[in-house]
Amino acid sequence: MTIEELERKFQDRIDAEEKIEAKDWMPEEYRKTLIRQISQHAHSEVVGMLPEGNWVTRAPNLKRKAILLAKIQDEAGHGLYLYSAAETLGVERDSLIDDLHSGKAKYSSIFNYPAISWADMGAIGWLVDGAAIMNQVALCRTSYGPYARAMVRICKEESFHQRQGYDILLSLSRGNAAQKRMCQDAINRWWWPSLMMFGPNDAHSPHSAQSMKWKIKRVSNDELRQRFVDMTVPQCEILGMKLPDDKLKWNPERGHYDFGEIDWSEFNNVLKGNGPCNKERLADRLNAHLDGAWVREAAMAHSEKRARRTA
Amino acid sequence: MIPKDHLFDFMLIHADTSLIISQRLSEWCGHGPVLEQDMAMTNLALDHIGRARLLYQYASELENAGRSEDELAFLRDELDYKNLLLAEYPNTDFAFTVTRQFFLDAFYIDLLDKLSGSADSRLAHIANKSLKETQYHYKWSSDWMIRLGDGTEISHEKVQNAVDRLWEYTGEIFQPAECELGMMEAGVAPSYEELSDSWHQRVNSVLAEATLKKPQSTWQQKGGKTGHHTEHLGYLLAEMQYMQRAYPGLDW
Repeated sequence: MTIEELERKFQDRIDAEEKIEAKDWMPEEYRKTLIRQISQHAHSEVVGMLPEGNWVTRAPNLKRKAILLAKIQDEAGHGLYLYSAAETLGVERDSLIDDLHSGKAKYSSIFNYPAISWADMGAIGWLVDGAAIMNQVALCRTSYGPYARAMVRICKEESFHQRQGYDILLSLSRGNAAQKRMCQDAINRWWWPSLMMFGPNDAHSPHSAQSMKWKIKRVSNDELRQRFVDMTVPQCEILGMKLPDDKLKWNPERGHYDFGEIDWSEFNNVLKGNGPCNKERLADRLNAHLDGAWVREAAMAHSEKRARRTA
Repeated sequence: MIPKDHLFDFMLIHADTSLIISQRLSEWCGHGPVLEQDMAMTNLALDHIGRARLLYQYASELENAGRSEDELAFLRDELDYKNLLLAEYPNTDFAFTVTRQFFLDAFYIDLLDKLSGSADSRLAHIANKSLKETQYHYKWSSDWMIRLGDGTEISHEKVQNAVDRLWEYTGEIFQPAECELGMMEAGVAPSYEELSDSWHQRVNSVLAEATLKKPQSTWQQKGGKTGHHTEHLGYLLAEMQYMQRAYPGLDW
């Protein structure tokens, strides 16, 4: 078969909602897009452990400490499934991690914002995980089988993460003035970056059209962002807090909330490495990797010794 | 019958040890040498905090003074913490973390086994649950002792250094505090001499397989069980207690 025929057949399978599996033929660009997207997602899980890890040792009580630890552990687990899903496409985890450390691969920009108060653990769970779930639920139907299956598993845990985040804010919103203040402040800081998580507007999204055609992406950036806003506004009302957007208003004609324009210059700057924590996050990951090199080497050397002894 | 204050103090020794080691392990979160070990250490931290909670809850009921698990965990002075000194020793590096864990696990695996048959049914229940976790912890820490000891020259040197450095904190484990003597007399806690013999056997066998030398030094530090800690604990508590101290009496 010629490449054109293979590509046509591939697209027919996609159009018929068949899942593509690791050993199936796929266009090189499809493979590359998936490797980029899945590894970026895996890196985001791993880098995402850092802002929350920042509060584990200061969590305000034993129950919250245990829940936060369990949540971070889930994120490490998500990182592992996703690296494995990426490996089915013929790349090694080590080379993906090297790309993260060299800056060639990206991770979600949201983790370049600092977690400066306990309320941030709530806002990250509620808003950041909430925005991530919007994306991930759509990805459960993505065309690449191993990715779709990893997402199904991840979504189950993410919805628990979102609830625990909201629950933290709910406690704060019912607390004293200091607690309410930290709650509102965290919402103010995390709201806009959470909206940015859905990526550029559809008109400016460079990879979107092809990804939609291949059904890697099932729902557009703007549509997901709108769903997120519509879901979040009533939840914020229950908290008795305010979202930091004067233009936020129910539009009965559209049946959706209208909201203000995102500051895309901030988005682009954080993406370029100018966010408040880009340098720290990458340095933390890189140092952990370098500091751990002797441990990985020891494990390897020991298992080789074992293998020789039993050979 | 065991005097209640002995039982209470005994709960605190082990609740505090669990809490403090959990706090140390959780400092690794996001910084482990490889993702799988990041997860393993978080898992250990999670088991220890779960155990600390069960023990504090029991202690709180025994004390019957209205202090909650969180008040016990977060609002005591350093002098009132009874954890083993070993638990508060800083992570330093992966070799120290593994060695510290191994020395503790090699004790807890036998202590919990004995306590799971204790006449105090609440304690027996907690011990039984914790024992299953500690069996896994012991496997993790002893496997890593062997991997690092019998790995590369560098790893061997690092883990031998950790063994030598931490050795002086191991003797305290088996020097019974007053409450432990009381518990032994009442037949609730096992003999610490027996536990010490068993610990040495485990340590000898793992160190031998790891090609590591057992330290000869005999001088041992003490003080954890009576509230006299190393300089490290103050900083750990300052961080851990920050929210409870800054915002007293609130719900979170």
